[in-house]
Amino acid sequence: MKHIKTLETRNLCESAKNGGCGECQTSCQSACKTSCGIANQQCENAEKESK
Amino acid sequence: MIHRYKLGGLNLVLDVCSGSVHLVDDVAYDIIGLYEERNRADILSAMREKYAGVSAEEIAECYDQVEALRQAGKLFAPDTFEPMADTLKRKSGNTVKALCLHVAHTCNLNCSYCFASQGKYHGDRALMPFAVGKQAFDFLIENSAGRRNLEVDFFGGEPLMNFGVVKELVAYARAREKECGKNFRFTLTTNGMLIDDDVIDFANREMSNVVLSLDGRKEIHDRFRVDYAGNGSWERIVPKFQKLVEARGHKNYYMRGTFTHANPDFLEDIKQMLDLGFTELSMEPVVCAPGDPSALTEADLPVVMEQYEKLAELMLARHREGRPFTFYHYMIDLSGGPCIYKRISGCGSGTEYMAVTPWGDLYPCHQFVGDEAFKLGNVWDGVTAPEVREEFASCNVYAKPECRDCWARLYCSGGCAANAYHATGSVRGVYEAGCELFRKRMECAIMLEAAKRLDPEDY
Repeated sequence: MKHIKTLETRNLCESAKNGGCGECQTSCQSACKTSCGIANQQCENAEKESK
Repeated sequence: MIHRYKLGGLNLVLDVCSGSVHLVDDVAYDIIGLYEERNRADILSAMREKYAGVSAEEIAECYDQVEALRQAGKLFAPDTFEPMADTLKRKSGNTVKALCLHVAHTCNLNCSYCFASQGKYHGDRALMPFAVGKQAFDFLIENSAGRRNLEVDFFGGEPLMNFGVVKELVAYARAREKECGKNFRFTLTTNGMLIDDDVIDFANREMSNVVLSLDGRKEIHDRFRVDYAGNGSWERIVPKFQKLVEARGHKNYYMRGTFTHANPDFLEDIKQMLDLGFTELSMEPVVCAPGDPSALTEADLPVVMEQYEKLAELMLARHREGRPFTFYHYMIDLSGGPCIYKRISGCGSGTEYMAVTPWGDLYPCHQFVGDEAFKLGNVWDGVTAPEVREEFASCNVYAKPECRDCWARLYCSGGCAANAYHATGSVRGVYEAGCELFRKRMECAIMLEAAKRLDPEDY
């Protein structure tokens, strides 16, 4: 029996390899303007590691 | 570090540093909770005692699955990111990629809860002349180095009070973007009072995003969002917003509300927005001084927490009915979200993001405008107070001791510098009440994402 279902997520350790291009949205620009969160932002790196 | 929680009938385990999310049964939930404190034999024994109906083999198998995930780096992954904390900002040098253009320090509404003191930012009323805005664009283009995507938010006050200049500036930027190899993404944040067909046509053609201020229920909205004669604005703006959104097609917009001490039950306001036909929604806790009558109180927090959970339930139900809607703070892309550099670097205020006043002064972000101590420089001379920029550049998730033990640190990147400053007197401080709300929102967002990925028969 499977007790654990692991969702497909971006591997943060792997993202260190090609990350940091800086093309993504600035954190609260264009939206809430009064709190900071980065979880809702899209990665815009053209050379993102394959999953 | 892991974070375990139960929500929406699901048991969830987040592995903070690998970014893994696991849906687990009760036995696995308990084993993971004990894993770092006790040895295998002790844990198996405790589980056999607690789960009499589960065989010893099953329990051992479950333990082995946990162990396999640990070995695969998907549970209890260590935090090895600290040395990278300033990499992104160092790599970026002094690159600027986003500006908040305060084209109008004035407003046609007189909302007492406004963080910008009715658009004046505690200063004089003013409209940004075209020449200042043009110089701001030149400053951005010159200082954006290799960045292609540049964001400019037309902000205020009420930016449509200076709509002619907004149009001229967009035309100027469009004329320059190709030759400079840039892609401008514009946002307009408006209270709606001056929306007409011309604005709708322009906004839907040029603006990547439109942020429309509506607090939800009429009586809630009209409590604060009044004109200078004291009349509520709800009835005047709602039809305009509906017309703009209908004409907008699939381009981004947000109905953005503020909730205060007057409406901690903000789910009712979200429902009102849905009833009006809007589906891209955001509700933000009010930003104001403690003690202000609109400030959320300790007693409001449990209500707000419950509202967040009920909101997640409503979103899931509507998703399953084929009538989904978006809540800005529950948008989370688990498989394609930000890289680790972004997650530990802080929000970018004062470094890659700056606000420009109508006079061309630069501030770390819109929430610092008017506070002279934070003035960075101006759009002609650039940054003339490098010590202020340095203070913000050193702001990252590892610069805040309180963040080290927080499971949500890679989802918030250390939080809002302005909120921290106003709560503690330091941009490196932590606005704990905001953190509590943020953690609840992340729990709800991840639960929602997990629930959507379950097979329909698992509902």
